[in-house]
Amino acid sequence: MSASMRIVNGEVYDPKNNINGEIKEICIENGKIVDSVSDEATIIDAKGMAIMPGGVDIHCHIAGPKVNLARKLMPEARRHDVHPSTPFTRSGSGGTTPSTFAAGYRYATLGYTTAMEAAVSPIGARHVLEEFEDTPIIDKGFYVLLGNNIFLHNLIREKRMEEFEQAVAWWVCATKAYTVKLVNPGGDEPWKGERNSNVSDIDEKTGEAGDLSPRQIIEAFVKTVNKQGYPHPPHIHCNNLGHSGNYKTTLETMKTAGDLRAHIAHIQFHSYGGELGKNPISKAAEIAEYVNNHPNITCDVGQVMFGNSTIMTADAPLAYLLRGHSKGKWVNADTECESGCGILPFAYQEHIYMHTLQWAIGLELFLLSEDPWRIILSTDHPNGGSFMAYPKLIKLLMDEKFRHEEMKRVNQKALLKCSLPELKREYTLNEIAIITRAGPAKALGLETKGHLGVGADADITIYDVMDDKEMMFSTPRYVIKSGNTMIENHEFKTDSKGKVYHITPEYDNKIEETLKPFFESYYSIEFSNYAVDDRYLHDHHEIIKTG
Amino acid sequence: MPLHLKLHTQPEVPLEADCICPDIVQSLKNNEITAMTVFHGNRQVELGEFFECNGSFDGEINIDGDLSNIKHVGASMSFGKITVEGNIGLHTGAGMRGGEIIIEGNASDWLAAEMQGGKIVVKGNAGHMTGSGYRGSAIGMQGGEIIVHGNVKNETGHVMRRGLIAVGGDSGDFTGVNMLAGTIIVLGRMGIRTGAGMKRGSIISFNKAKLLPTFSRNCEYQPSFIKFYVSYLEKNGFSIDSSYLNNSFERWSGDSVELNRGEILLSTNKSK
Repeated sequence: MSASMRIVNGEVYDPKNNINGEIKEICIENGKIVDSVSDEATIIDAKGMAIMPGGVDIHCHIAGPKVNLARKLMPEARRHDVHPSTPFTRSGSGGTTPSTFAAGYRYATLGYTTAMEAAVSPIGARHVLEEFEDTPIIDKGFYVLLGNNIFLHNLIREKRMEEFEQAVAWWVCATKAYTVKLVNPGGDEPWKGERNSNVSDIDEKTGEAGDLSPRQIIEAFVKTVNKQGYPHPPHIHCNNLGHSGNYKTTLETMKTAGDLRAHIAHIQFHSYGGELGKNPISKAAEIAEYVNNHPNITCDVGQVMFGNSTIMTADAPLAYLLRGHSKGKWVNADTECESGCGILPFAYQEHIYMHTLQWAIGLELFLLSEDPWRIILSTDHPNGGSFMAYPKLIKLLMDEKFRHEEMKRVNQKALLKCSLPELKREYTLNEIAIITRAGPAKALGLETKGHLGVGADADITIYDVMDDKEMMFSTPRYVIKSGNTMIENHEFKTDSKGKVYHITPEYDNKIEETLKPFFESYYSIEFSNYAVDDRYLHDHHEIIKTG
Repeated sequence: MPLHLKLHTQPEVPLEADCICPDIVQSLKNNEITAMTVFHGNRQVELGEFFECNGSFDGEINIDGDLSNIKHVGASMSFGKITVEGNIGLHTGAGMRGGEIIIEGNASDWLAAEMQGGKIVVKGNAGHMTGSGYRGSAIGMQGGEIIVHGNVKNETGHVMRRGLIAVGGDSGDFTGVNMLAGTIIVLGRMGIRTGAGMKRGSIISFNKAKLLPTFSRNCEYQPSFIKFYVSYLEKNGFSIDSSYLNNSFERWSGDSVELNRGEILLSTNKSK
């Protein structure tokens, strides 16, 4: 087990425990934060440094079949971004979709120690867990895609809600997921069934019988997940992503949740006004206002950062639409009865109206948020940009002057359609600690993450305090994971495997009798081979309680 | 006096010798050059295990022996000259930015892949993917010249963007596939599917060729620029029958599944 350790003289930023930059001693023993340690403990002098809990990424795409497809689709992006090995760590390749090892190490070099893979089709769960085993250092979990699942749609349609609840719990357990994810709920089925078809409204009836709307699907999942008490509410990618005028759909989606908990993913992509088919305008203010006034809603921003990205989504019709703009290579896939998938390389460019507006809306959402605990930092890696752009994003939030310099380089017409130039707010270090650590940990229901109180996991990042916040957040001096010093003086000192978090909601085994005939008729895989068994957790896992 | 490298032991598996490059050896003494590490299969060994090193670097490296198992020679070089007395292996001059490589024997596949500048002359034949982009790259060769006196194999100039590839003999299938711009001249015969997916650029052949149905014939004419190319190639040691100079060419445009702005010029073997 790791030795005990005492970190002294550093400014501590621990928003959950109301510690804002005070000089405080942090004691670590057996991988946890404790009250005090013996005098023999190793001492780290953190004078002139900021101590924060390890970063928590609530929404990224780092493992699984679709990430692997993207890696194979873009050998050129990784060939020029080699991640060399060190005496302690393994080699890999980077680009916007880094290899498993590089992803773990690169998160660690930014001071992140937890990351959640945000979209996994149930049939890909095994693959994800195998890749997790090879994603070092960080703790992780994944959200399972159930929003376009034909079997579950049928249960909602037939109003068999009791069985629906059981089936959702069965699926979460069978895949070792952390919560459920809805992506363009109800949209993949028309896409798979009819050429170029999608849903365009939350109340549009779809399906073969034309009797199921996205709203019914969202409602069913929100109720079920809240009733069963998952630590993280349903993670929702709303309908109409990227379309002008989609903010209404987003507002309706949040209203559908009522006062029940829900998480809206990459909300920036869902905050556009204007007419469908025309250039959008910003509706960040409306969206931010709703989120500010409804404490049951959490969201992550999905900030767009200029440069290369990879569009990677279960929203297959969206990827098809975008491939018409980029005219490059792309992949679209159908995932049996469960989901869809679309992937293409993409580049956000300053001079393009749409891209500038997306960039500005993301920043507006951050700056208009009154409760930083519920608007969480993300780039929807790799969709809005790589997670490696987080330090630059933090600088944009903390430094108004820098923001204005960047604004000179972007499409000026787009800036007229948003309120970004007028926003004066600058994030403080404490607020950054909330949106990158305490907030996501709270939204995920991970009680031992995102803070430095007694009993918390000893996941700690120590940054040199610098005026250039991009430099500060891209080069932590120390990164401690579960009490082990992974990075010391900017260099890796050891390697480790992170944990996999998953949940095990209760269900009645009888549901398997209902599911089995469906699998036998429509799946390529036998029912008995479908559920992921415990071996795939490789002894590095932790079950988070439900209920 | 040039730096002289002589292969004394034939490697059993290919040797990755991207350190044989003027940019790297220019500041090294001979004993440091033989101590450079190279990958022999999956093991790192010293270059001296396979090469002996004489002379001193004056801007030129001379390599002797059957080097068909030596890869990446001159990769990414930016100046100077490499002369190869025999055959050479894969990826020679890949990504080179300047300087010159002269190969007296044959070159293998991926010769000058993703080249950006400089010049490569091959007196023998070259392999597949000559002057092409690596898999996945949207842009391949971005400048420079590749002159092959013999034949080349398939996918010559794949996703080429700028520069010249001149082939004295025949080319394989997919010459100039997905080409973006630039010039490819083949004095001999071209294989099938020439220019498939090309956006812009010129492919010139002094023989007839079977083209894809997505190419359309425009006209027959006598492009004057060909004379300049021919005289330049003659200076580079190509022997071209002077009757070609007055030949007329069929102009075909394509590939119509893409921009349709590429051209293929095929000699009609009759003068006007």
